[in-house]
Amino acid sequence: MIRYYVKLGLLGIRQNPVLSALMVAAIAVGIGACMTIINIDYVMSGNPIPQRSDVLYHVQLDSWDPNEPANEPNEPPDQVTWLDGTALLEAAKGRRQVLSYRSSRVVQPADPELRPFEVSARSTTADFFPMFDVPFLYGRGWDKSADDTLEQVVVLGKEINERIFGGEDSVGRTLMMNGDVFRVTGVVDEWAPIPTFYDVSTGPFNEVEEVYFPFSVSVAREVGGNGNTNCWKPRDEAGWNSFLNSECVWMQFWVELHGADEKEDYMAFLDAYVESQKALGRFPRPLNNRLNDVMEWMADQEVVADDVQVLLGLAILFLIVCLLNTIGLLLAKIMRRSGDISLRRALGASQSAIFSQYIVEAGVIGLGGGIIGIGLTWLGLKGIEILYSEMEFIENLVRMDWVMILAAIALAIVSALGAALYPTWRACRIHPAAQLKTL
Amino acid sequence: MEIGPIWRALMRNKTAYVLIALQIAVTMAIMVNSIAIIQERSRLMARPSGVDESNIFYLSSNGFTPDFDDRAAIVEDLEAIRSLAGVVDAISSNTVPLRNGGWSSGVQTEAGDDVDGTGVAIYFIDEHGVDTFGLNLIAGRNFEPTDVEWYSQSSTRWPPAGIISQDAASTLYPDAPNDAVGKTIYISNDQPVRIVGVVERMQAAWKDWEGVERSMLVPAFLEDSFTWYVIRTEPGYRDRLMPQVEQMLAESNDGRIISEMTTMTETRHKSYHEDAAMIKLLVFIVSLLTAITGLGIVGLASFSVARRTRQIGTRRALGASRPAILRYFMLENFMVSSVGIFAGGLLAVAMNIWMVQTFELTPMAWYIIPAAMLILWVVGQAAVYGPARRASLVPPAVATRSV
Repeated sequence: MIRYYVKLGLLGIRQNPVLSALMVAAIAVGIGACMTIINIDYVMSGNPIPQRSDVLYHVQLDSWDPNEPANEPNEPPDQVTWLDGTALLEAAKGRRQVLSYRSSRVVQPADPELRPFEVSARSTTADFFPMFDVPFLYGRGWDKSADDTLEQVVVLGKEINERIFGGEDSVGRTLMMNGDVFRVTGVVDEWAPIPTFYDVSTGPFNEVEEVYFPFSVSVAREVGGNGNTNCWKPRDEAGWNSFLNSECVWMQFWVELHGADEKEDYMAFLDAYVESQKALGRFPRPLNNRLNDVMEWMADQEVVADDVQVLLGLAILFLIVCLLNTIGLLLAKIMRRSGDISLRRALGASQSAIFSQYIVEAGVIGLGGGIIGIGLTWLGLKGIEILYSEMEFIENLVRMDWVMILAAIALAIVSALGAALYPTWRACRIHPAAQLKTL
Repeated sequence: MEIGPIWRALMRNKTAYVLIALQIAVTMAIMVNSIAIIQERSRLMARPSGVDESNIFYLSSNGFTPDFDDRAAIVEDLEAIRSLAGVVDAISSNTVPLRNGGWSSGVQTEAGDDVDGTGVAIYFIDEHGVDTFGLNLIAGRNFEPTDVEWYSQSSTRWPPAGIISQDAASTLYPDAPNDAVGKTIYISNDQPVRIVGVVERMQAAWKDWEGVERSMLVPAFLEDSFTWYVIRTEPGYRDRLMPQVEQMLAESNDGRIISEMTTMTETRHKSYHEDAAMIKLLVFIVSLLTAITGLGIVGLASFSVARRTRQIGTRRALGASRPAILRYFMLENFMVSSVGIFAGGLLAVAMNIWMVQTFELTPMAWYIIPAAMLILWVVGQAAVYGPARRASLVPPAVATRSV
């Protein structure tokens, strides 16, 4: 029966090509506008590390000013101090933990033809790589012992390896940075978590760093942070050591915990740690420590831009206008064919048969609108990419995957069926006798 | 008037008209709120930064060798840059307005660690700074060479003089903003800074910061291997001088990297590009939406004219003139539009209240609503004109034919 309805539907579409084309266009435009924004929202709010997001926890300690919170209403600072970061690292109460910050280095290629150049760097402890599932092209991260012995080791991003070593396996070779010689232990493969969850302090959508080197080496070389440094308490003395021991927050601490029990234990440990620091005269605010897993932290940091949410609201209303249009067109079409419907009813078609026939026709129109809508979504994303071309990361936000393509088709069909309900119901209720008289 | 009969006719076949009125209402809500956002963004984008944007460029110098002499490099570089033909003045600074990276600090009018501070953006400049940025000094004096110090990691004392922006003055001294010169403010709780001058305007590096208009100029060279050189040129010299300065600095010292050369024009463009893109997107959405609604009106009107051909013929046969038929459909559309437009006005206000609460926008200006009403009435009348004219051309003879 369905095949017969589809055939009738196609015939119906051919009967009123202009009206049908208008309906397909209305749905396509609505789907295109809506899916363009939904797609961007979907990418922005995506899970950057789905396989591990529920075992990685971002740590916040409220070490802030007694007179005002770090962030309203009563939020602890987003980052940690050197004092607290290294203390938590040393305690090693989680399965794994990582302390890191964004920095920058100058690479001095051995080849005298190549001029020295700046790279973005991450000063980090060894567990960064296994904890965040960093994919390696060659080699691997450094051993934990390298952190303790201040070994000058480095992990390169794929592009830097390309630039310095021509893309070869450079494990074991050396690289000069700011006058120091580093040994390469690994080369990271393509890696672009969206958002760059492990450090959103300078914005959620950045390129990952180009090189990674040990936190301990970085601190010993007095390499400052390249992200945000926030302080509330003036320092007593000058110099690097006083900065390290200050109440300035400038690094990120993550811990790996499996299950609610471990999380609870770790929270208790954090509270005990803060209490012990209070005894030393630090932490003037009431206990207010936080453990957020990756997705909780992304929600807390509001990584989806306000503009996208405004546009999402507008795009949904846009789709509604397009659907109202479609309902009007369908109504017009069905009313025009009321004679035809009456005839079929008089010849024995049941109300449900009429209903099925017109719903199938609407479904076909929805499918058409969905397919064209995917094309329009692609165009829309291209348009957004051009409009926002100043944003370095934009090409990563305008990608379309299968989930979104299927979602577009599903949304189109559901919309078309939703729009068809009322007109079709009206079609079923046509009284054959009244209509046939006028024929 | 024909309003009564038209209204009764509408009521006999409500659905289609309700659909159109709903479309107009939603279109109205989107249009009003989009215009409100566009207005707000345009206002933000139009704020001047206070500096001579069209003639300034800047670049970074990053010394990386262990024996790099920070002080000597800054002194030599500035001397070399300032002596170039076409350069008005140049300084070493920690950032420039709108660059989205910089230094802010709290300052307070009394010393003490429990006094509320006011956040200000900090610019380290020397006595050439006011001239290089092209700032308008409205009270007090510029820095003297004797004010300028070297400030570094190992400094424990903050330079004791400062020039603040007018907005910072009125925030610090709400009662007497014009008497700020000569007063002492405190940074880091208890380090005194005497205000020696006030500039009309100097924006911070972060355009979205609520304190973007508050800044303080500090007479010091930041002693660091990394610095920004800010260069102001004579009008028309900027683009010619840029490669020249870059090459000169790169060649003068092997121990550093010169990079990130940027003009202030580019910096503004980059800083506000998201707002500019949002404006374009909203204009596109609203235009497309208005077009779709207009087409919807055309479609419905054509359909209702086609359905009522016989009645139109009958009216014509009974003596109705062509303009009367035209007027009937125009008036019908006006009534349907009005229902939609008034409902849309309510929807728009509700949506604006929600957006103001959720996204901390400023509430819209009242006149956007009547402006949008006018636009939609005109669009509705323009859209219905075609079908209405066709209706008026229906010959009276149709009435006698069986359709």
